[in-house]
Amino acid sequence: MSPILVIARLTVHEAVRRRVLVAGLIGGAAFLALYATGFHFMAKDAQAHVTNPMQRNLLFNLFTLMGLYAANFLSAMAAVLLPLDSLPGEIASGVVQTVASKPVRRADIVLGKWLGYLVVVLGYVLLLTIGVLTIVRVRAGFTPPGLQLGIPLQMLEAVLLVSLSIAWGTRFSTITSGIAVFGLHGVAFIGNWVEQIGTILGNGTTRYVGTIASLIMPSESLWTLAASVMQPALMRDMRMSPFSPASVPSVAMIWWAVGYLVVALALGLRYFQRRQL
Amino acid sequence: MARGEVFGFLGPNGAGKTTSLKMLLGLVPPSGGEARLLGAPIGDRAARARVGFLPEHFRFHDWLTGREFLRLHGHLYGMRGSALERRMDELLDRVDLHDAASRRVGGYSKGMLQRIGIAQALLNDPAVVFLDEPTSGLDPLGRLLVRDLIADLRARGTSVFLNSHLLGEVEATCDRVVFLKQGRTVQELALRGVPETLEVVVRVEGLAPADEAGLAAFGTLVADALEPESEAALLGAGRRLRLRVDSEDRLPALAAWLIGRGAALYEMRAARRSLESMFLEVMGGDQRPG
Repeated sequence: MSPILVIARLTVHEAVRRRVLVAGLIGGAAFLALYATGFHFMAKDAQAHVTNPMQRNLLFNLFTLMGLYAANFLSAMAAVLLPLDSLPGEIASGVVQTVASKPVRRADIVLGKWLGYLVVVLGYVLLLTIGVLTIVRVRAGFTPPGLQLGIPLQMLEAVLLVSLSIAWGTRFSTITSGIAVFGLHGVAFIGNWVEQIGTILGNGTTRYVGTIASLIMPSESLWTLAASVMQPALMRDMRMSPFSPASVPSVAMIWWAVGYLVVALALGLRYFQRRQL
Repeated sequence: MARGEVFGFLGPNGAGKTTSLKMLLGLVPPSGGEARLLGAPIGDRAARARVGFLPEHFRFHDWLTGREFLRLHGHLYGMRGSALERRMDELLDRVDLHDAASRRVGGYSKGMLQRIGIAQALLNDPAVVFLDEPTSGLDPLGRLLVRDLIADLRARGTSVFLNSHLLGEVEATCDRVVFLKQGRTVQELALRGVPETLEVVVRVEGLAPADEAGLAAFGTLVADALEPESEAALLGAGRRLRLRVDSEDRLPALAAWLIGRGAALYEMRAARRSLESMFLEVMGGDQRPG
């Protein structure tokens, strides 16, 4: 087994042993139970009062996006928080010394942790996303469109945040990395709304500022793009829900996000290669 | 450092012992210069596969059990399967942790952490073992274990690089020591296989100053740097002279010579020079505790 896989397995093992996984599962199950209850009553109302099947499906689609939005928020938190202390914590305590003095590359340590946390976080993203979709499917017999792109986009957002959390941790303390990554995600969040409002108001400058913010941190744009493909064109074009973006991010934003996370990881690896342990 | 040698790296806190050791293991990039480990430039992975390392403070993944911890490090050394399991059993026996092997490392005492750390450092049957302050904070049993371990490694022809400021420990185990001061080696000293040096203290009265030079025929006169003048009154009559001689056989002749010169000899004692006195002498009086 290559050292990357040894470290990745250790990372997943740690998540299990430290009950991170159990906590995640319990939190996820609680969220899904709450969502299922809410959706049940909303669906009951919709089925009783909305007779037009197209209108009913639009309502179901809106409820699904609400659930996915909450799932996306929880996933983003997990993606930033879980890996946050991993490298800085092991460097500060000296645990990393016994590992790094073995015949392994420094990059093996970083990439092994990255891979391990991807497995855990993507598992969490899929649990929540598929959970929401299953509840809607079972209760109302509805499935939103565009899942084949929508779900991978949500996963890409998680990969981006895990990568940033790991990359900052190669150089900075846990607290500094946490503030930086959440700060960037906050910029993306606000930037996305500024962009939407700018578009609705027809204010080019505001929209431009929002786009710049999305380039500084593309995480929220990925969700906006995911939401826009997981609804029918009618709902999107008429802006019938808060998840129907006025300004749909370009597909180039996907490539920007991929390039962004690759560069962030590469910078992290480069720094970790030279740092004192 | 020669193959099979037990090499002591001495110096006060902050002298750079741990930093030097970490540089050899590739944990700290050197700011300049060059070093080789097992014939390869430092940082070479193949060389690190033949190295064992017990870091200071024994901080490990504390959520693993003892056995899982050893298996992890075996995997990092590239070891596999039944060969690894056999080696783990052998080492768990050797450090007497078989009973605790399925308990979490986080619940281990400091002595147990030291032992599991030693087992970890020996998994790959290394050519050289680096021990960084392996007995700091340990009880006498823990120290004895390290002493036995080093003797055992020496017998097998394994080189040991020992960082320590516990001079008794170093004196009992090392073949050769290097003194480090503010990042520079200031003296190298063989502790084994060399004629021992005796330090002789002579308390005499009535020895003519001209005759003092004659003492040089017996050994080297050294300055009495270690005993302050304020204590002179407590030490009794006469002048205290200190000299180093290379053999005990010289002592009777020295005594006869002093008496022959008409001096009153109050005291004459000889002792092997302790590493501690050498340490203090090498480090000099300008050292403040680090």
